[in-house]
Amino acid sequence: MSYASTGLKIDGVRISLNGRELLAVDHLINPKEVLTIMGPSGSGKSTLLAYIGGFLDPAFEAEGDVYCSDMNITLVKPQQRRAGLLFQDPLLFPHMSVGGNLVFAMPADIQPKAERRSQAEQALTDVGLDGFFERDPDTLSGGQKARVALARVLISRPAFLLLDEPFSKLDADRRAQMRELVFENAKRRSLPVLLVTHDREDALAANGTIIEVGSQTAGQ
Amino acid sequence: MIKKISLWTALSAASLSLTSHAFADTDSKIWDMVVKEAEGQTVYWNAWGGSTQINDYIEWVGQNLKDTYGIEVVHVKLDDTANAVSAVVAEKAAGKDEDGSIDLIWINGENFASMKNQDLLYGPDWAQNLPNWQYVDVENKPTITTDFTIPTDGMESPWGMAKLVFFHDSARTKADEMPDNSDDLLKWAEENPGRFSYPQPPDFIGSSFLKQILIEQVEDVSLLQQPAEDVDFEAVSKPLFDYLDKLHPNLWREAKAFPRDYPSMSQLLADGELEITFAFNPATASSAIANDELPDTVRSFTFSGGTLGNTHFVAIPYNANAKAGALILANFLISPEAQLRKQDPAFWGDPTVLAMSKLPEEKAAEFSALDLGVATLRPDELGPAFDEPHPSWMAVIEEKWASRYGVAN
Amino acid sequence: MLRYSPLIALLVLAVPVLCGLAGTVLPAFGYLPALGGEDFSLLPFGELFSQTGIWRSISQSFFIGIISTALSVMLVAGFVSAWYGTRLFKKVQYLVSPLLSVPHAAAAFGFAFMIAPSGFFARLFSPWLTGWERPLDLLIVNDQLGLALIAGLVVKEVPFLLLVTLAALPQIAAIKSSHLTQSLGYGRMAGFLLSTWPSVYRQIRLPIFAVIAYASANVDMAIILGPATPYTLPVRLVGWMNDPDLKMRFMACAGACVQIAVTAFALLVWILIERFTGAASRSLAAKGNRYTHDWGFRVTASVLMTASALIVFGGLLVLALWSVSGLWQFPNTLPNTLSFKNWMRALPGLSQPLITTIIIGGASVAISIIISLACLAREQQTGRNGGNRALLLLYLPLLVPQIGFLFGLQLLLLSVNAIASWTALILVHVVFVLPYVFLSLSAPWRAFDKRYDSIGAALGSSNWRIFWRIRTPMLLRAILAACAVGFAVSIGQYLPTLLIGAGRFPTITTEAVALGSGGNRRIIGIYAFMQMMLPFIGFLLASTLPALIFRNRRGITGL
Repeated sequence: MSYASTGLKIDGVRISLNGRELLAVDHLINPKEVLTIMGPSGSGKSTLLAYIGGFLDPAFEAEGDVYCSDMNITLVKPQQRRAGLLFQDPLLFPHMSVGGNLVFAMPADIQPKAERRSQAEQALTDVGLDGFFERDPDTLSGGQKARVALARVLISRPAFLLLDEPFSKLDADRRAQMRELVFENAKRRSLPVLLVTHDREDALAANGTIIEVGSQTAGQ
Repeated sequence: MIKKISLWTALSAASLSLTSHAFADTDSKIWDMVVKEAEGQTVYWNAWGGSTQINDYIEWVGQNLKDTYGIEVVHVKLDDTANAVSAVVAEKAAGKDEDGSIDLIWINGENFASMKNQDLLYGPDWAQNLPNWQYVDVENKPTITTDFTIPTDGMESPWGMAKLVFFHDSARTKADEMPDNSDDLLKWAEENPGRFSYPQPPDFIGSSFLKQILIEQVEDVSLLQQPAEDVDFEAVSKPLFDYLDKLHPNLWREAKAFPRDYPSMSQLLADGELEITFAFNPATASSAIANDELPDTVRSFTFSGGTLGNTHFVAIPYNANAKAGALILANFLISPEAQLRKQDPAFWGDPTVLAMSKLPEEKAAEFSALDLGVATLRPDELGPAFDEPHPSWMAVIEEKWASRYGVAN
Repeated sequence: MLRYSPLIALLVLAVPVLCGLAGTVLPAFGYLPALGGEDFSLLPFGELFSQTGIWRSISQSFFIGIISTALSVMLVAGFVSAWYGTRLFKKVQYLVSPLLSVPHAAAAFGFAFMIAPSGFFARLFSPWLTGWERPLDLLIVNDQLGLALIAGLVVKEVPFLLLVTLAALPQIAAIKSSHLTQSLGYGRMAGFLLSTWPSVYRQIRLPIFAVIAYASANVDMAIILGPATPYTLPVRLVGWMNDPDLKMRFMACAGACVQIAVTAFALLVWILIERFTGAASRSLAAKGNRYTHDWGFRVTASVLMTASALIVFGGLLVLALWSVSGLWQFPNTLPNTLSFKNWMRALPGLSQPLITTIIIGGASVAISIIISLACLAREQQTGRNGGNRALLLLYLPLLVPQIGFLFGLQLLLLSVNAIASWTALILVHVVFVLPYVFLSLSAPWRAFDKRYDSIGAALGSSNWRIFWRIRTPMLLRAILAACAVGFAVSIGQYLPTLLIGAGRFPTITTEAVALGSGGNRRIIGIYAFMQMMLPFIGFLLASTLPALIFRNRRGITGL
């Protein structure tokens, strides 16, 4: 099974609520590229992520296809889409250790136990959290939690990343660091990235195409 | 307070001087004082509350007392009369010798014996001084003055007569195939497994069924008139438990569960789960038919050799708060009016304790005009009545029953 | 004044429980001078253990407590993990929620009539399908293993556990976690159970303990559905406590101590089960298997959940039908005739218990809501919420088996001549009502946006004014909802009313159980219907009053 990706193709996706169109996107995100959807809250930008991830609230109507590695992922279950999700809250599982969060996310074909652990430890080192395996997530700072969340999503070998304002809760310093860490890792793994944000700085730092939605007309 | 004490002294003084029937001027004056004192009292009447008909009847009694005497009657519904006894016992233990929580108890048998023994009852000799005592059939109904072999001593006033009667649904079972004695019943149960049961002792009717079997199976019935501790209980009761050992495998649910009480048996008869049920009131089936609880094909039968019969009473705890009200209530219960309604199966159907010969003619005529209902046996069809064993038997039988059958496998 | 409110809550909750416990433990060791017990001894225990089948009764209580709770928790966990966030979930949630307010006794009656051999299910399919002209002689209700009781407890406890779970879910961002685990490739159920459920579980742990305590020590449902040869321990205890032979009370108290031990042991075993399942779940999570093929489990969970709600609803509906039925023999699916005769006859007898029920419920709710508001206001002042200790105190009356302290409380009240008084009865209801009122009020109270208080204060309002003019109106809906919950709890109380009221204060519930023992389904139908209607009216008022009062304020009514 290949974990590389050929890009994420958003093919004529339209999302509407009660018959009113919220947004329409038609775009190919190549590996290592970032597409940023920017708009105020309520503009439906997170809905796009939910649609691609497979969690669209039934109140919304959506059409259009999304292809990843030549597969129309809108036809399969969320479990088979291999989306890597990052939210503004790190959502670490509080009852597991930091390492527990990682091995939980790791594909099951990596065995045995010792191998799983060493890969998780490596992943922690990669995000600058060497030796954090046994730590309780609750004792971590906000920035550390965000990095664990990143390590967790990367270790699950996603085919693409869906980022839902992942930096908005961090303070300015950490924010820049974290952005860099995320985009750099995405590039290294050749992942296409879809970022939604309301923050222009995030959008600019992503260094890719920006689609603005909401109050302005949607356009390139 | 002074007035209260003098009244009670007067009443008990009068009771000593009274002969049972004649009421002199002074006595009716005393009764007037009781009536006056009772006005505005609330009588807490503790009575088994498992039958709607009876509850409705008690409701009617309460309404009457309210209208006539200004007495409030509260029916404290019990699932077991023993609870009322225990409440009085507890009050006595706690030193609560007046203003007790119970004013009147529906009672007989072992509960009466136990309260009488422990001096928990008001009296003696109030019952025969009630104005309506003049109508009570003391002569022909010995169980009115001797309750389970214990003399009542005027410490409880009769309310109704009870006789064990069986019921079946003639739409499903034939009358001439019904058992005529306990041995027949055993044979019937073996041929019709799962269609007979009895309420789980210590339910009153369930325990009464055990006594019926005991009386029929025991070798020397006279032994049962003695306290159980005076005889070789194990030996005397052996036939009963031998009988039950044979009966139980063929009972409803193989005796792993029992009906709660006799109204639940009626429900089971209506549903066709049971084919033979019984009750202590000959009119049970007729009044259940009148209330759409049983089909009109249900009929009564009894054992020609005899079934258990007794009287049920009301008694006043020694520490009752509303004794005057309780006396008025007890007196009302043996009034021709109240007894007539009680015997009417449309309301309850419980046989009267009054003597027709002592009643004014038009009252007696009303009694004989009562339609006892299609499923009720006439008094002359009820067969002989067995005397109740000494009350001590109930407790030991229940105890042994619990240890033998209380844990089913 | 406000500063004493936590102390008052402590007194109201802990004192009756602790005094009651003392009043139970002392007689258990032979000491109760009022009844002639002057010396300490172990005789009551000796007598207790010589009772026929006592070990059977004890083990029944234990197993019934553990198994019914385990099944309830599994059903709730299974259903929530399978369907949380879907439309079906919302629908089932609406179906199940009203069942919370159905008193245990009413639910048990309805359930019993559905499953009995002559019950509604058998009638639905007889005789055309089954060929049964007469009911089978099958031991279903009152069976010896207590399966009927376990099933009855499960259908009654599942709504409770589901609702406390629902309250916990939003606090832990369950939807997003669920999306996350599904994106990681986990099956819906496995992902939820491995990642989110442990956090949910931590929040519903005390309610689960309360369920274990109730299930292992309950009397009202056990009388109706439980085994009878022998009865479960709590049912036997109540019988002994009411026995005219006073010596039995010493034994009853000893039995109550054993019951406390049984419940404590059940809790201990549960904690061991927690450890085991926790470890198992962690090791499954670390293995990384995705368990994506869970469709069968998901369907099963939803079917079981829906069925458990429908069977209670069905039972209640059929009981209501019994209350207006004439002759209704097996195997007829419907009554031959309908009549209001039963109601006409029952109505005169209903009014007194109804009034008593409303007075006790109203008074205990009023006291509870005042104490709760005062405590919450105090908490806001000091910024301390008492933490886990306060929570444990609130749960104390729900974790100690009722029998354990009510026996002692009854004996104590008796010795100070306070038995069967309105005051005693209302206060003992407060012991059980206050925790529910506080728990349901505290969440919305604490979640209230404090910036409103700041605005009020900036405008120069006193704390008192802020409380009355800002908080109370804005939280009116939550306050009334808490009142309705408390009222429903009060209505459901059987044992406290029976023991502390000494039978002098018949309520709808004590009457229902007393009459229910008579097996007359028409009367049971009437009382169960009343038992259901009272809380329903409470909830109806709680939801419509704010809408009426604030009919022009969409922000509050949410309409």
